[in-house]
Amino acid sequence: MKQFLTFVRKEFYHVLRDRRTLLILFGMPLAQILIFGFALTNEVKNARIAIIDPAKDHASRSLAERIGASNYFEIYEDVTNRNRMETAFKDGKIKLAVVFPARFEHDLMHRHNARIQVIADASDPNYATTLTNYITSIVQDYQQELTGTAGLSYRITPQIRMLYNPQLKGAPNFVPGVMALVLMLVSVMMTAISIVREKETGTMEVLLVSPFKPAWVILSKAVPYLILSLVNVLSIVLMSVMVLQLPVAGSWLLLFAESTLFIVTCLTLGIFISIKTKSQQVAMLISLMGMLLPTMMFSGFMFPIENMPLPLQLFSNVVPAKWFYIIVKSIMIKGLGFTAIWKETLILAGIALFFFIISLRSFKIRLDEY
Amino acid sequence: MRTIKFLLEKEFRQIFRNRAILILIMVLPVMQLIILPLAADFQIKNINLSVVDHDHSPYSRQLISKITASGYFRLQGYYASFQDAYRLIEQDKADLALEIPNGFERNLIRENSQQVFITVNAINGTKVGLGGAYLLSILRDFNQSVRTDWVSPTRMPPQPTIEVSPLNRFNPQLNYPFFMVPGILAILLTMIGGFLSALNIVKEKEIGTIEQINVTPIRKHHFILGKLIPFWMLGNIVFTMGLFVSWLIYGILPQGNVLAMYVFVWIYLLAVLGFGLLVSTYTDTQQQAMFVMFFFMMIFILMGGLFTSIDSMPGWAKCIAALNPVSYLVEVMRMIVLKGSGWSAILPHLAIISGFAIVLNGWAVWNYRKTT
Repeated sequence: MKQFLTFVRKEFYHVLRDRRTLLILFGMPLAQILIFGFALTNEVKNARIAIIDPAKDHASRSLAERIGASNYFEIYEDVTNRNRMETAFKDGKIKLAVVFPARFEHDLMHRHNARIQVIADASDPNYATTLTNYITSIVQDYQQELTGTAGLSYRITPQIRMLYNPQLKGAPNFVPGVMALVLMLVSVMMTAISIVREKETGTMEVLLVSPFKPAWVILSKAVPYLILSLVNVLSIVLMSVMVLQLPVAGSWLLLFAESTLFIVTCLTLGIFISIKTKSQQVAMLISLMGMLLPTMMFSGFMFPIENMPLPLQLFSNVVPAKWFYIIVKSIMIKGLGFTAIWKETLILAGIALFFFIISLRSFKIRLDEY
Repeated sequence: MRTIKFLLEKEFRQIFRNRAILILIMVLPVMQLIILPLAADFQIKNINLSVVDHDHSPYSRQLISKITASGYFRLQGYYASFQDAYRLIEQDKADLALEIPNGFERNLIRENSQQVFITVNAINGTKVGLGGAYLLSILRDFNQSVRTDWVSPTRMPPQPTIEVSPLNRFNPQLNYPFFMVPGILAILLTMIGGFLSALNIVKEKEIGTIEQINVTPIRKHHFILGKLIPFWMLGNIVFTMGLFVSWLIYGILPQGNVLAMYVFVWIYLLAVLGFGLLVSTYTDTQQQAMFVMFFFMMIFILMGGLFTSIDSMPGWAKCIAALNPVSYLVEVMRMIVLKGSGWSAILPHLAIISGFAIVLNGWAVWNYRKTT
């Protein structure tokens, strides 16, 4: 035990001595939570649209005004005819165009039917659909006012209740996601690099010939990073509570216990990568190039997992960040207790155990293996 | 010129000797480009719905079947009480719960109006926005058909109706991979270029070989150029493979001017590599370089407009996005590949990215010290 503590102390020296890395390690998660917590949002705001209104009559103007008054849209004034519209779409200046017919009010009042064309840049399908939906509902509201109460018999009124996130802010979705992503990559990368680095610089040899058990050498490397990551968790949570105003609805203790489990899982994955690779560059390429995008996508905070093809849905189950994302969401946002997340906890523990065992088994103490 | 030739030879030998890295550079992006767009399907079509029907009337059943037949919703089941349906939302098994109160049909006919209750899990904004909108429009349709059932046409004066006819340009089938593939390719290209160049000089620092270069009469900009060119060529190969893969797997062919796209990518690569080299000159170990790059990559990727729209961001975040080279590449790729834009559309982007390339590389050359 004393030996182990000595080794842990050695690792701490390594970590604490490199001030620059330390600064990045602590600063990065904070900066990212702040930036992404405020900037990432799926809601539509200030989408630039064009209104092409050859009619310019009372009705078309008041409808156009209404569209312009909504927070969703920002009217791009330069586009006034269809030719201009085409280039504006291609230059990415506008996302949608509302085209009124030439005699809008006349059609509406005398023929009782006017048609508006809504042209959307569907290269982003969801954005296009959302924008079209908003325009449609503004038009419907307007029409409802024109009709007055006459058409409103037999009315079904939907009462909508928004759970967990009534203002539809981005943070409740993205904070748990970014937290899972950052913690995962930082913990995996740190352990992977620090072990491979000793191999590369040759100091691993020195450690292996010491009377200390080789497996403990590796474990002692994980301890400082576990503590570092826990400090990161604390600062991320504090930041999201104080700055992003996203309170922890559930138990803090449970949140930290689960975070510890998740970090341990990532550390074992990092150890596994470090055992399998020979150079820092390879370890980094695998843990960053190989894991950044997949972790982002398969954790479920960007894209709904149930939409993926079945093989990919199955694959998402082995991504630890997915389970942690569910856990954090349940504790922080929904305020659920352990009974709601025991399954996810068990899976994370299983993944950790798996990597731990295969790391132990493939760990070679002979130098020619490096 | 001759110096650069020798430097290039050295760099290429080093690259080709390290098979593991070469394979990673080629295989990782291609694999990710094949798989990830399949995962990045954000079309909202499987919204999980649980229903609590207290009424069990013909109308309530009609409404439910109308909702399930729309294709957007997946019925998770009927529940006797709202508590059960709520639990489903808690467990993430349902996104929406629809509660039809007792006496729905009777009240609707007799009292002229009736409420239904919709409870939404609002954590994911997109799902809520789209799912809610679909549900409301189905309700409105249903309401309309109820009205026509009960109101005789003579009693109904002709009312002005405005018809909205939507038209989806550039991607009429609303095919999500179409949207994602060019963006993901842009990210992969950035990561390859950024990480490799960031690690390169710093590796020579860490193992000490940079001293050997420093004592030679090699000029600073020659050295930087010698580092830049091999990765620039690798980046081009990766990009071309990526275009090929997106055609082969997803059937995506650039609609616009391919030459314009390549010219943009050439300059873009210079900018990204310059950024990597800059990071490399400021750091002492590969670990530091990696973490700095990781920090910037996260911001570049998440703020690049690939996943969430830049238009919706607050003002200060738009400024960050304007300083983010990835956002220009993502936009140019989408313009050329999907919308068929040409030179005139990308010229402003081209000018900005050239500025990035000049500043970043100039800075890297300036900051690279031959003496310590």
